Amino acid sequence: MKSKKAELLVGVFVALTIAAGLMLALNVANQSMASSEDSYILYAKFDNIGGLKVRSAVKVGGVTVGRVDNITLSNSDFTPLVTMSISTEFNQFPETSSVSILTSGLLGEQYIGFQPGFAIDGVENLAQGDYIEDTKSALVLEDLIGQFLFSSNDG
Amino acid sequence: MKWFINLGANTLNRLEMFGRATFMLFGAIVAKPQPLKMIPLTIKQIHVVGVQSLLIIVVSGLFIGMVMALQGYTILVDYGAEGSLGPMVALSLLRELGPVVTALLFAGRAGSALTAEIGLMKATEQLSSLEMMAVDPLRRVIAPRLWAGIISMPMLALIFSAVGILGGHLVGVDWLGVDSGSYWSIMQATVDWNKDVVNGIIKSIVFAFVITWIATFKGYDSIPTSEGISKATTETVVFSSLAVLGLDFILTALMFGIE
Repeated sequence: MKSKKAELLVGVFVALTIAAGLMLALNVANQSMASSEDSYILYAKFDNIGGLKVRSAVKVGGVTVGRVDNITLSNSDFTPLVTMSISTEFNQFPETSSVSILTSGLLGEQYIGFQPGFAIDGVENLAQGDYIEDTKSALVLEDLIGQFLFSSNDG
Repeated sequence: MKWFINLGANTLNRLEMFGRATFMLFGAIVAKPQPLKMIPLTIKQIHVVGVQSLLIIVVSGLFIGMVMALQGYTILVDYGAEGSLGPMVALSLLRELGPVVTALLFAGRAGSALTAEIGLMKATEQLSSLEMMAVDPLRRVIAPRLWAGIISMPMLALIFSAVGILGGHLVGVDWLGVDSGSYWSIMQATVDWNKDVVNGIIKSIVFAFVITWIATFKGYDSIPTSEGISKATTETVVFSSLAVLGLDFILTALMFGIE
């Protein structure tokens, strides 16, 4: 009887662990939106990526559609090359789409804002390995202040 | 001259101890597995080592989560960033505090008990009598305890983190008035399953292995007197706490240091 009780308590212990693991997976880490989903790769070149990091979100109108996979410097023209993996659930973006690096909130982290372009006849959808041509760089605060000082001295 | 002799003797002693510990580990784990005999024994030990540590783990997890929410809130609210309370609590618990504090508590609660139990078995010659009956004490006594420790500590660490995050929710959201939606959603946006949760679990598995190894070996290797057992128990807690803290730095540097 004693060992039955021990087994029962160990069973409760294991159940608790599974509950904790599930809570961490679903509630904390949001495993359902993980990178294990099917995704396709897009590239974009920026002049300046600011504080963008690997794993930063790629958002369309605030909805996360993918993540930044890799950031390197392109060897040919020395501009940052950002690799994004986009969920295949969203594979209807036209080639005229543009991306810009935005900041969430005043001090928040930076993410890629994806602006879908117009789908006119003759414009194909973005597919695996495509480059997005139309990019806007990150807003660097020092540059902004510099421009402001310059223009206020002028006037 | 004397100094060198001392140093040499000390080093040789350490190395010998390490060798004995490795022999014990191999004798207990690598030997031919007998799952039918092992599993009931291991379950009983998980009860002793894991289930009975549950209360202290849950209570300390709850309070650590609550204190972190309280401290974090007072700082974050100055910058209007109290929405980041969730990820702050969750990341510190999952990456560091969960594995490390659980390991320290586990070393104090379960490790010391393991050492004292095995040491007393040795002192009262129960281990020798097992050998007389052709039962290998490494397999019968040490192996179930090793496995039980390695299995239950990561489970305790998971429970610790989950309870701590709920404790942070209790103080941050229910008491201090952080928005519940932003507590969870910013946490979900920040915490990554592979990078944060799995790395925390890997850490706690490493700690569990080191603590139970030290605890069982110190008991098995203790001088079979009351003084010897008390010394072995103290050494278990001291050595395993130091090993956990040192290993934690190395593991953190490996996992999170280099992007």
